[in-house]
Amino acid sequence: MDQISAPAPAAQAPAPVRRFKSGSNLERMLAAGHFAVTAEIGPPKSHDAEVIRRKAALLEGCVDAANITDNQTAVVRLSSIASGAILVGQGLEPVVQMTCRDRNRLAMQSDLLGAAALGIRNVLCLTGDHQSHGNHPGAKNVHDIDSIQMVRMVKEMRDEGLFQCGEEISGGGPPLLIGAAANPFADPFELRVHRLAKKAAAGADFIQTQLVFDMSRFREYMKRVVDLGLHEKVAILAGVGPLKSAGMARHMRDKVPGMVVPDGTVARMEAAVDGVAAEDKQARREAWRAEGIRICIEQIRELREIEGLRGVHIMAIEWEEAVRPIVEGAGLFPRPAPEV
Amino acid sequence: MIVAKQKPLSELTAMLDGYRNVLAVGCGTCVTVCFAGGVKEVGILASALRMARRLDGEPMSVAETTVQRQCEAEYIAPLAEGLDEFDAVLSLGCGVGVQTLAERFPGKRVLPALDTAFMGLPTEQGVWEERCQGCGHCVLDITGGICPVSRCAKQLMNGPCGGSQGGMCEVDTDTPCAWQLIWERLAGQGLADRLLEIQPPRDWSTSRDGGPRRIVRDDLRLPPAEDV
Ligand code: SF4
Ligand code: SF4
Repeated sequence: MDQISAPAPAAQAPAPVRRFKSGSNLERMLAAGHFAVTAEIGPPKSHDAEVIRRKAALLEGCVDAANITDNQTAVVRLSSIASGAILVGQGLEPVVQMTCRDRNRLAMQSDLLGAAALGIRNVLCLTGDHQSHGNHPGAKNVHDIDSIQMVRMVKEMRDEGLFQCGEEISGGGPPLLIGAAANPFADPFELRVHRLAKKAAAGADFIQTQLVFDMSRFREYMKRVVDLGLHEKVAILAGVGPLKSAGMARHMRDKVPGMVVPDGTVARMEAAVDGVAAEDKQARREAWRAEGIRICIEQIRELREIEGLRGVHIMAIEWEEAVRPIVEGAGLFPRPAPEV
Repeated sequence: MIVAKQKPLSELTAMLDGYRNVLAVGCGTCVTVCFAGGVKEVGILASALRMARRLDGEPMSVAETTVQRQCEAEYIAPLAEGLDEFDAVLSLGCGVGVQTLAERFPGKRVLPALDTAFMGLPTEQGVWEERCQGCGHCVLDITGGICPVSRCAKQLMNGPCGGSQGGMCEVDTDTPCAWQLIWERLAGQGLADRLLEIQPPRDWSTSRDGGPRRIVRDDLRLPPAEDV
């Protein structure tokens, strides 16, 4: 299988054998020591594959891999694995997200085998937002295993070729790079680093964090991460995202559980429309969006200076057009080719 | 205790549509303590039903009785006498009480007056909270005496999800995050490091997922009749 094959040794001087867990582009970028860039694609609430293709086209060349959300915020959408397969066909590498909310261990393992069979090489293991906030609040949730148990399960599938029950997977385990999420801004703060340590110990290869707006809290978090040496066990990508308006900034600050947006950031978004007439909706929208992108670029530049950080994950929800200017503005364009 | 609450009157009148002579049966145990189905609640509900049916022009007689424990056959056995005169039994017991009556009197219509909600405790006057789901394999030793199965909306075994903020659960800002409580409890006992241990996937076969559960204690069973 291509994902684990080493380059053929040269006849005279054998090249060092390099084995990859998944062979994904993201894995190679991280292995090569590049500052990785991933972004997020939200599938549509329809079976329209064109939406995926259009969003993917906006990210081509700007990112090393694109996450596909899995019924994000507990709203039914086109399946993440099906979307991932569409991306594979288009040549953009997917990171398929999978929540513990909607699947038990049978469904998870079956879908992971299916994802690998479709050429998907990265999976992000998530708990999942509670269904009470989604569009089927009367649904049952599963939570057969939690996200840390899922990370370990995928690792044992991949590295030991075993199903969670201990039975052997014929032909070996699925070659998947294992991701997990971290929220440095949820409470209790002390436990957040603990939880990251558990995810690393369970076998996560990379971590994508919740949106970072509060730089000082994130620096404090990363300092603890580095003190514990966790940055050497797992590649941490900081979540960033452009704000679309002052209203969105306030909403995220006040209403979204587990999110911290400093007042200074909200004030900057509010000031972005100073002098723009309230009636001129279009001009206000543009002014806000331009400022949102500017703030995001500045953040990435600051984040690059933080010890132990290996990349960024850009979440421009329903605004994938913003990714390219952000990547360019942050000096991360074009994306380097991993050497192997 | 088992905590329940009364169904809305409109649901009960619809359920009792067509019946003319009903026996309302309360229970003197859990549902008395949570003010849902004791002597007093049976009396109040019986009057409300009589009045509602009178106003509808369909009078119904409702007799009242309360047994000490509706979930054990021996306590409900005396109800057999005189049961023929009723065309339905309205149970103010928990779901177990309703079924005990229905099993004991299979020819009789037995209807539930309560919605049985959970196993829990009163936290203040008029407030009850869930504490146990009877998962069949208790983990309270690991979690500082706080149950993640019944108190964490996602039944997590390895710490708080990303939605925990300010001590509250992402599902509802009035509900404490179970994992915040577990963390505080263990940290207070100097045992915070225990939370670093990865808890493996649970075996849910001891829970409802394994099918209806049953406990058999051979040491307590009576010998078969012929051996006596
Ligand atoms: S762990 Fe299981 S048995 Fe123990 S309190 Fe929770 S639900 Fe009940
Ligand atoms: S916020 Fe706390 S209690 Fe609520 S689902 Fe998350 S971990 Fe469980």
